[in-house]
Amino acid sequence: MGIFRRMWALGRRSKLDREIDEELREHMRLRVDADVAKGMTPDEAIRRARLRFGNPTVVKERVDAEDAALGFESFFRDARYAVRGFVKSPGFTIVAVLTLALGIGANTAVFQILDAVRLRSLPIQNPQDLAELRIVGGNKGFGVNDSPFANFTIPMWQEVRRHHDPFSDVMAWRSNGVLVGKLTDAKHVNGLEVSGNFFNVLGVAPWRGRLIEPQDEGSCEMSKVVASYSFWKSQMGGATITPNTTIILEGRTVQVLGVTPPGFFGMVVGDRFDLAFPTCTPPNVRREMFLFTVMGRLKPGWTMERASAYFGSLSPGLFENAMPTGYSADAVKIFKAYRLAAYPAGGGVSYLRDAYDSSLQLLLAITGLVLLIACANLANLMLARASARKREMAIRMALGASRRQLLRQLLIGSSLLALSGAMLGVLLAQPLSRLLVASLSTSQGSIQLSIVTDWRVLLFAAGVAVLTCIVFGTIPAMRGTSVDPISSLKSGERGVAGSRERFSVQRLLVVTQIAVSMVLLVGALLFVHSYRNLITASPGMREAGISGFYAGFSTMHIKQENEAAFKRQLVELVQSVHGVQNAAATTHVPMGGSSWGHGVHVGTQDGGSHFTYAGPGYFATMGIPLVRGRSFTAMDTTNAPHVLIVNQAFVRKYFGATDPIGQLVQVLPEPQYPARTYQIVGTVADTKYNGVREATTDPEAFVPIDQVPETAQGPFAAIMFASENGPATVAAVRSTIAARYPEMILQFFDFRQGIRDNLVGDRMMAMLSGFFGVLAALLVVVGLYGVLSYFIAQRRNEIGIRVALGANRGRVIGLVLRDTVWMLAIGVVVGTVLALVAGRAATTMLFGLKPYDAATLVFSILLLAVIAVLASLLPAFKASRLNPVDALRCE
Amino acid sequence: MAKNDLQGALDLLILKTLSQLGAMHGYGIAVHIEEVSDALLTVEEGSLYPALHRMEQSGWLRAEWAVTESSRKAKFYSLTAAGKKQLAAREKNWEQVVKGVQAILRFA
Repeated sequence: MGIFRRMWALGRRSKLDREIDEELREHMRLRVDADVAKGMTPDEAIRRARLRFGNPTVVKERVDAEDAALGFESFFRDARYAVRGFVKSPGFTIVAVLTLALGIGANTAVFQILDAVRLRSLPIQNPQDLAELRIVGGNKGFGVNDSPFANFTIPMWQEVRRHHDPFSDVMAWRSNGVLVGKLTDAKHVNGLEVSGNFFNVLGVAPWRGRLIEPQDEGSCEMSKVVASYSFWKSQMGGATITPNTTIILEGRTVQVLGVTPPGFFGMVVGDRFDLAFPTCTPPNVRREMFLFTVMGRLKPGWTMERASAYFGSLSPGLFENAMPTGYSADAVKIFKAYRLAAYPAGGGVSYLRDAYDSSLQLLLAITGLVLLIACANLANLMLARASARKREMAIRMALGASRRQLLRQLLIGSSLLALSGAMLGVLLAQPLSRLLVASLSTSQGSIQLSIVTDWRVLLFAAGVAVLTCIVFGTIPAMRGTSVDPISSLKSGERGVAGSRERFSVQRLLVVTQIAVSMVLLVGALLFVHSYRNLITASPGMREAGISGFYAGFSTMHIKQENEAAFKRQLVELVQSVHGVQNAAATTHVPMGGSSWGHGVHVGTQDGGSHFTYAGPGYFATMGIPLVRGRSFTAMDTTNAPHVLIVNQAFVRKYFGATDPIGQLVQVLPEPQYPARTYQIVGTVADTKYNGVREATTDPEAFVPIDQVPETAQGPFAAIMFASENGPATVAAVRSTIAARYPEMILQFFDFRQGIRDNLVGDRMMAMLSGFFGVLAALLVVVGLYGVLSYFIAQRRNEIGIRVALGANRGRVIGLVLRDTVWMLAIGVVVGTVLALVAGRAATTMLFGLKPYDAATLVFSILLLAVIAVLASLLPAFKASRLNPVDALRCE
Repeated sequence: MAKNDLQGALDLLILKTLSQLGAMHGYGIAVHIEEVSDALLTVEEGSLYPALHRMEQSGWLRAEWAVTESSRKAKFYSLTAAGKKQLAAREKNWEQVVKGVQAILRFA
């Protein structure tokens, strides 16, 4: 087709031009020839032909206008023209592109994380076919849960492995930390325990060597592992994998079979596995332990719904067969009522998804608003530029340019700005999102997120760029081209007073800025205040100077019956270290994330309670006040009567006004925890159990740690200790234990730091919303300053006349400030309404204050008022110093 | 609507002329229309050339540089298959328009 032929000719404009010229010239000649043939003199013929033809340039332009290729060409001409304009005013261009780059970059950075956490699929084959099996509604705290993703016990997994019609194959996995290196110098790494067909189901191919295969499953003696790419590179130096490649794992030498591809990080988004090893079925299976995540690949033709229906109907038999023993009849009933269903699992599983989803979305909204303010500033800048070019536009229109042409030219200019801003922004987004992820890392671990600029991110950035372009480019372009050439040319650079209409758009932009920044300021203040509330909230126990450690001594081969005594020795050792005020063992580190409970029977009531097994000094160490009765002593041993200390919530729930001391509490049986009856000997004050945010306190009961049933003992302990001079004492404790028990695995933590670690999300929100609030305020200052300066420049004559007529400086300043006050008032009213509406979205994320906090609102308004007045004072003073003679002579 | 119809009429005249003459240059088309209509219709260059270029881009016409009888170089236009189809459709449409206009005029 003609159009393609012409596209080929693109960039050869002159050739096309010549062709059209020639065609028209030949037309004239043919006419002249014909007339001359009829007997006219050549001069007369040429005159007649010219008369008839009219203005050749106009005809040619009309032909040009039909030519699509030329239209395309003129696009490039406009772009070149715009670039020339930008090069001529580098200050404006740099400010505009940088503002856009920062704005788009911040938005893209947040979106990139959302994309990585929520939208992106695992790097596996056909992720949309991967399904996870879960109990509908969860297991409601039944049994022991290894992790939030552990939905299957070993018997359940064995059942599903036998019956899984909707799946071509099923696999199971769990995160399970392992120790690498010699025990004296061992390092904790992220282990991934997988069934033999794990990699086959996922369709992950080996990078080096081979991956785990079904025949590797079997022995519980660890013998073969597969390394992740990053582990292989960093810990093994990327060495060639041979049948003799080995590493030391849990004190044993094991063979490294191969390496997974660089993109494969495991199944948990936000974590990266280091070593994968085959799972096994231990001889004595603990049937109540929920350990595994089970996933399968849907056969062609099966949907999630059909698969769910299949597993739903399979469930009664499955849970009958998988029933753990040693539970009460009620618990058995709960277990048997479970139903399995299939859920899409192509995105893997993630802690981050639940923890930070709403934060990230809110953050995206915040960065979007900041970008809006920045766009308003740019629009104002463009408006000022457009009115500076009013004369140019008027002349071009007078010379015959259509409004459409001028509009297109201006819009191409602003799209170029948006495009450069977006490209820079995408580049900026990478380091920004890395910074954001790093801010969520805690003392105990960091988030491993692969942040990639994929098509979604690019699409998002492009979308944002288009939006910004519309916001900051369209209005100025419309304004700039709606000039009446005659009046514009007549009135010169500036009139006595600018047209009212033009000013009101700029006022509107400033009012929008003030309103939006009000929302951001209120948000910032709320989040900062909320974070302050969180870090100062008391957990009901001592925080400062409390440290603790987890000790693992499976490698020391201590007999189960001696474990209780060994733990007592360990506490005594800690206690003996200089600087330790108090020490006690416990089974539950408060605010640590774990939870333990039993079903209880009190009087006529059935219910549940948290249960913590704690050593004699526990309440003294943690500073939990004893309310009534006695604390635990060294006399509360296995053979002594079973005693209990309960918190006030327990008393309220089970005893009301009755005196709890001396009352009996029956604990319902569970595997390893036989039925028992305890007598209450004391009560303690309520404390938080697992998080600062807990609004209500659940019943909690304390049992002397020596009375942990022998069947439930294990080669591990958690010991808390209080000290006055923190770090030095912690170091002393660590070296004392390491010297006495070199084979013991130790993991130390600071109690207060641990609590803070749980608040990193809130810290991020406080920091970022604060940062963006300040940024918004700064942008408002710049915007207001710019607009007022521009107004004053436009009104130079008017002000000059006023001064000449006797207006004093105060009056001129008042004139400018009146403008500010009006814009401020409207902006603040709109902003308050918006802030109240927006605040509702943040309600659940705030702690200890309401989104409609009056003090916050008032403070934001005052802050904005101060900012606005400061921003307008400088232009106002400038205006008041205007020399009327200069101002009037300018005209 | 009025504008489209007028433009449509010019397109129709050009297409029809080319179907009668085969390949022809712009000047020849203009002269042909004038002569055949006994100078009732004159085609202005300012409308003719944009129309020719537009129809060429739509693929209805094909253009070639060739030499005229008076040995001048000129751009010769001729109908493509799509152009012939377009002509048939336009002719039919035109008859409808004429019938409609006549009906209005005869209404008394």
